[in-house]
Amino acid sequence: MVFVGSDDQLTVPTAVKIVIAGGFGTGKTTMVASVSEIPPLQTEELLTEAGVHVDDLAGIEGKDTTTVALDFGRITINTKVVLYLFGTPGQNRFWFMWDELATGAIGAVVLVDTRRLDSSFPSIDFFEHRGIPFVVAVNCFDGSQLYTVDEVRHALDLDDAIPVVLCDARDRESSKTVLVGLIQHSMNRLAAV
Amino acid sequence: MTAREDWWYDEAAGPLVRPYAMVRGRTRPNAPDLHLVTQVRASSFASDQTSLTVEHREIMALCARPLSVAEVAAYLDVPLVVVKVLLSDLIERGDVLVQNSSPQIPDRDLLQAVLDGVRGI
Ligand SMILES: Nc1nc2c(ncn2[C@@H]2O[C@H](COP(=O)(O)OP(=O)(O)OP(=O)(O)O)[C@@H](O)[C@H]2O)c(=O)[nH]1
Ligand SMILES: [Mg+2]
Repeated sequence: MVFVGSDDQLTVPTAVKIVIAGGFGTGKTTMVASVSEIPPLQTEELLTEAGVHVDDLAGIEGKDTTTVALDFGRITINTKVVLYLFGTPGQNRFWFMWDELATGAIGAVVLVDTRRLDSSFPSIDFFEHRGIPFVVAVNCFDGSQLYTVDEVRHALDLDDAIPVVLCDARDRESSKTVLVGLIQHSMNRLAAV
Repeated sequence: MTAREDWWYDEAAGPLVRPYAMVRGRTRPNAPDLHLVTQVRASSFASDQTSLTVEHREIMALCARPLSVAEVAAYLDVPLVVVKVLLSDLIERGDVLVQNSSPQIPDRDLLQAVLDGVRGI
């Protein structure tokens, strides 16, 4: 096995990732698409019919399987660093994927649709319990901005330290601002420990 | 690649036959840790490819530039678990180079670089 830097002049960049989470239909894929330099890609994990993650192909020949798709985008930061943005799968039963996504991540954006605030509770719980930095981005679907940032913070029972911002996931600048806010939040958290 | 429609629904053969056949049901006993964002790249000293399968060669072509495992799986249109086996073969041969690290929380300098990069897009 040859690792980078041993006998090959070619370099391989460092990869970092950000998770775009939130309830079903909150605009996760839209946000990934609005900032990604490539149209969002899809990758599939294999599950058995019972929903168990297949991480080894031995012994599953002929068994019924299904797949869960993850969509993701890419931002090449420079020749040495590349950032990936992963949208979480809509259904909450795929927690094993969330763990893989969250491991080593810069942090997460939890997208919220104020018409269905409760659909984002599981995402918030997930990142809170694992101590992963996250920001809450309220996706302003047309005319649906029913609440202020403070009201959303209160309704979601969020700690004061968690940034809450309004956004339009379709808008590149707006999504960029959300990502910048998350990265700064992560840096502040790093400085605090 | 083409004819993806019948990939999972090959009624005569049953589900999963193609991806299973592609890796011949092999496990990955000595495989390196391959995560979603692990970067892989074809070596500039790649060995003779005549004994490789079509899928292996496709990976070699894709990885002329560095890509993540997730990107290779997406472009090849095969499940992650399959692409990991195929990549492991190539890594073992020394044909593909891999970043030797599990995902780590970025340090301050790396975060600053990402911040500057995102601001600049
Ligand atoms: N008006 C408006 N529509 C939006 C906005 N963001 C997303 N949409 C629309 O809302 C729908 C759902 O957006 P997606 O990006 O697919 O949401 P998702 O979170 O990826 O959905 P799932 O993956 O199915 O959970 C799409 O039809 C989008 O076009 C927004 O900010 N404003
Ligand atoms: Mg989606």
